[in-house]
Amino acid sequence: MNDVAVAAPPTAASYKSGYKPIWCPGCGDYSVLSSVTKALAMIAVPPSMVAVVSGIGCSSRIPAYTSCYGFHGVHGRSLPAATGLKVARPELTVLVASGDGDGYSIGGNHFLHACRRNVDLTYIVMDNHVYGMTKGQPSPTTEPDWDSKLSPGGTGVRSFHPLVIALASGANFVARAFSGDPNGTAEMIAQGIRHPGFSFIEILSPCVTFRPEQREWKRQMHAAPVAPTDDPARAARRIMTDDGFNIGVLYVGKRTPYPAVTGKVKCAPEALEAEFAL
Amino acid sequence: MSIALAGSGGSGVMTAGTLLLDAAARAGLYGIMVRTSGPQIRGGEAAALVRLAHVPTTSLDDRFDLLLAIDWQNIHRFADEIPLSAASVLIGDPDEGTAPEVFTAAGARYAMLPLKKMAKAIPGSWTNMVALGVAGALAGIEREALAAALRASWKRADDKLTANLAALDAGIAAAADIGASCALPPAPTPGTGRWLLSGNEAAGYGALRGGVRFVAAYPITPATELLEWMAPALAKVGGTLLQAEDELASINMIIGASYGGVPSLTATSGPGLALMTESIGLAVAAEVPIVVVDVMRGGPSTGIPAKSEQSDLSFAVSGLHGDAPRLVLAPTSIADCLTTTQWAVHLAEALQAPAIVLSDQFMGQSRAVIDRPPDVDFAGARLTAAANAPDYKRYRDTPSGVSPMAIPGTPGVVYTADGLEHSEAGIPSSQSRDHRLQLDKRERKLLLHDYGDRWADVEGDAAADAVVITFGSTTSAVREALARAACGGVHAKLIALRLLAPAQPERLAPLLAGVDRVLVVEQNHGAQLYRYLRSVYDLPGKVSSFHRPGPLPLRPGEIAEAVFAWRKA
Amino acid sequence: MSLPRTLAELMTEALIMEIEAAQRYSEFADAMETHNNLPVAELFRKMALIEGKHAEQIMAQMGWTTTPVTTGKRIWEGFEAPETTPGDEVHYLMQPYHALELALAAEERAERFFGRLADEAKSEAVKSAAREMQQEEREHVELIREWMARVPPPEAGWENDPDPPRYTD
Repeated sequence: MNDVAVAAPPTAASYKSGYKPIWCPGCGDYSVLSSVTKALAMIAVPPSMVAVVSGIGCSSRIPAYTSCYGFHGVHGRSLPAATGLKVARPELTVLVASGDGDGYSIGGNHFLHACRRNVDLTYIVMDNHVYGMTKGQPSPTTEPDWDSKLSPGGTGVRSFHPLVIALASGANFVARAFSGDPNGTAEMIAQGIRHPGFSFIEILSPCVTFRPEQREWKRQMHAAPVAPTDDPARAARRIMTDDGFNIGVLYVGKRTPYPAVTGKVKCAPEALEAEFAL
Repeated sequence: MSIALAGSGGSGVMTAGTLLLDAAARAGLYGIMVRTSGPQIRGGEAAALVRLAHVPTTSLDDRFDLLLAIDWQNIHRFADEIPLSAASVLIGDPDEGTAPEVFTAAGARYAMLPLKKMAKAIPGSWTNMVALGVAGALAGIEREALAAALRASWKRADDKLTANLAALDAGIAAAADIGASCALPPAPTPGTGRWLLSGNEAAGYGALRGGVRFVAAYPITPATELLEWMAPALAKVGGTLLQAEDELASINMIIGASYGGVPSLTATSGPGLALMTESIGLAVAAEVPIVVVDVMRGGPSTGIPAKSEQSDLSFAVSGLHGDAPRLVLAPTSIADCLTTTQWAVHLAEALQAPAIVLSDQFMGQSRAVIDRPPDVDFAGARLTAAANAPDYKRYRDTPSGVSPMAIPGTPGVVYTADGLEHSEAGIPSSQSRDHRLQLDKRERKLLLHDYGDRWADVEGDAAADAVVITFGSTTSAVREALARAACGGVHAKLIALRLLAPAQPERLAPLLAGVDRVLVVEQNHGAQLYRYLRSVYDLPGKVSSFHRPGPLPLRPGEIAEAVFAWRKA
Repeated sequence: MSLPRTLAELMTEALIMEIEAAQRYSEFADAMETHNNLPVAELFRKMALIEGKHAEQIMAQMGWTTTPVTTGKRIWEGFEAPETTPGDEVHYLMQPYHALELALAAEERAERFFGRLADEAKSEAVKSAAREMQQEEREHVELIREWMARVPPPEAGWENDPDPPRYTD
């Protein structure tokens, strides 16, 4: 049952900026934004100690909608930018926001290496199986038979399985969330932030403009029937065989995160001259 | 005095060359050692090209005085790199075959020395130490300096050291019988306060002195040694180096770290720079200071990875999409790799802009004996926003164009850094007013900055009516060529540009007063500097170009010839 | 569905329901404003105000000065509170009638929800309070029905947009 307690700031609202999203009405990303702000309120970290880093695409517009520091970089490169930031400034909470095109296609290589590197980041990917900002082209998670102007009749190419790839590449926390479950998603993001190392949260977030059939998702989603495992092989087997609508934390690993800059100064740069001196 | 030590993999010519340079430095000489090798990872043909002098020198001469080959396996491939003359001496081991015709054709005296047999006669010794003794003695370096260099480098058992010192002595003794006349007279006083380092190391050290504490990079020839030097060095000064998955990642990692307030750098070469350009544009638009050291190599594409060329200039000054003002600097010597990289860090930080440093393979991978570069303290650092600064706007249109940057963690001044065009507050905007304002701001901050006298090295007769303009590693060869031209009665001043972008027309104009002809010298096929200068400067009178691509370095002789021809024209 | 045991627990759930509904409506209002659908934006803004007032009433009734913070699973089934309209059910060309349809559906869900709570509640205090809430939601349903009677139903082909979606980034 619920614990009733007296409220303490900050609230989710304190993590929202005054800027209004440009997302289409009905877009799942509105709820993801709401989940992000709720998760940050749960962690209660000051907004100025949080950086939200993104690339390009609908989902990547999220940083400016928060009251945190934001970095809206180039297409596909949010993870490297966030990696540099977190390694150099470990005291910051760094959230990375991406989409299925930005994160899995143009930024696919960085995804693999961010998982293996295991820097203490929380990576949320708003997956709607389509490129929205360029007007509805198939992405790596689009079904092979989805018809579009760029790929009439479908790409004929099998779709990508981000969760399995994350596991195989060494992500330390793997979850699947749904934008239509903003409170559950907020809990998962908060867990991801708290969990050391690279936390990956794939958020199915419908595109009502190019994929209106995704409105059905809210009737298909269901909570994952089992608790998360720390065995990647087991998690992979579950994820490979589930129906794709299982939401919840699926894997919680124990790998040691990538070391951040310690800032420990052993000598001044000038001391290094000795090795050049004759 | 120029010496080439050649041999196939495992013969140890690089070690011998390194020790020769070290010994020369101990004997009070200046010098440079350039490495050249075949494409094999191990065991390929290799040559150490060493030039020694009484004055600082970082170019290779026209001809080699001595070519000493431990064997001749594929050494003919270096014929262009090791030009000989009738005055040269060629030494080979008769048991390893005879010298290829490409070397003997010049009429060099050919002396035979059974190097391998000499080493075998001293159990536990190596042939390359015999070669070191021969080359060192012929260069006029005292035995004690050679022995000291060998001892200082020794990391193995003492008995082997004794054997190799004996081999060294055997080489020295054999040199006496050859009796070449190219030996340098002893240096007046063994120099103090001198350094021995490569341009890559110098650039790495300059970066640290400039305040760089985060480096992300992807390995690439010929920039890797810069990174390998920096990795442990950064750890000592409280920073870190991260090996990225590719250059797309490395450039974005340093942008991320610098956005976080930590001065950051990456080093790469042409192919990597090409991959990075989209994000360098992001650093321009989002006003994030970064430094990219491009150790240039032969291009385009994979090109000639281990050979030098100054062919990324056009790309560096103009290769970003959109109107993207950036800083482009080029060190003019191995020693200057330190100061210029340090300056680049300072400028990037002060102007919140990307700085590209154009080093090259020749400077980067060559080791030189230099005078310790003077300490330079560049005043001023990144302008940051105070906590809770009232009405904070990250991209405020200030008179200087530089606006305070809020560092994440600072309360009350949060903003989103954006590659999208933005308003002063940093909110995406496609309004013409915002676009124009931000374009102006980003241009203005680079144009208004006072770069001082460091923008170029200006040498020679101030009254000369002719000027040679060059940049980068070619500077040293041009300087030498102009000295020779002056001996032949032809005078011109030398302007070696250190700051290539933004152009400094107000600073160049007074130097060109009274000048009626200009020669632009550079090492590339497309006359890139010539074309760039013509597009951004008003050059007086007749403007000529002397340019040639790599992989061979520009030599003083060919430049001097070009200077004579130019003055006569 | 787990049942609230105390009045405070019930009212906490009711309060969260109202707050979340208000937040969703104001999110819709913002989105409609951004997409230049001002009549619908205005309507959603009104809904947000109404739900916000309900929340305030609950606070006043319970004598709460701050919103109780609760964690853990909510008592309702499904991902969101019964009174919250799913985020994906709006359309940028929707008309006020559609917005009222969504509001009606939300109020009806809320009414059924409190009805079930009242039926199943073990404690008398909870039962009577739930019944009271159910009654209020029923009144809202009626109000919205009356409102809909005054608003023209959508024209045929309301969702037709002669212009294709735009490229942005």
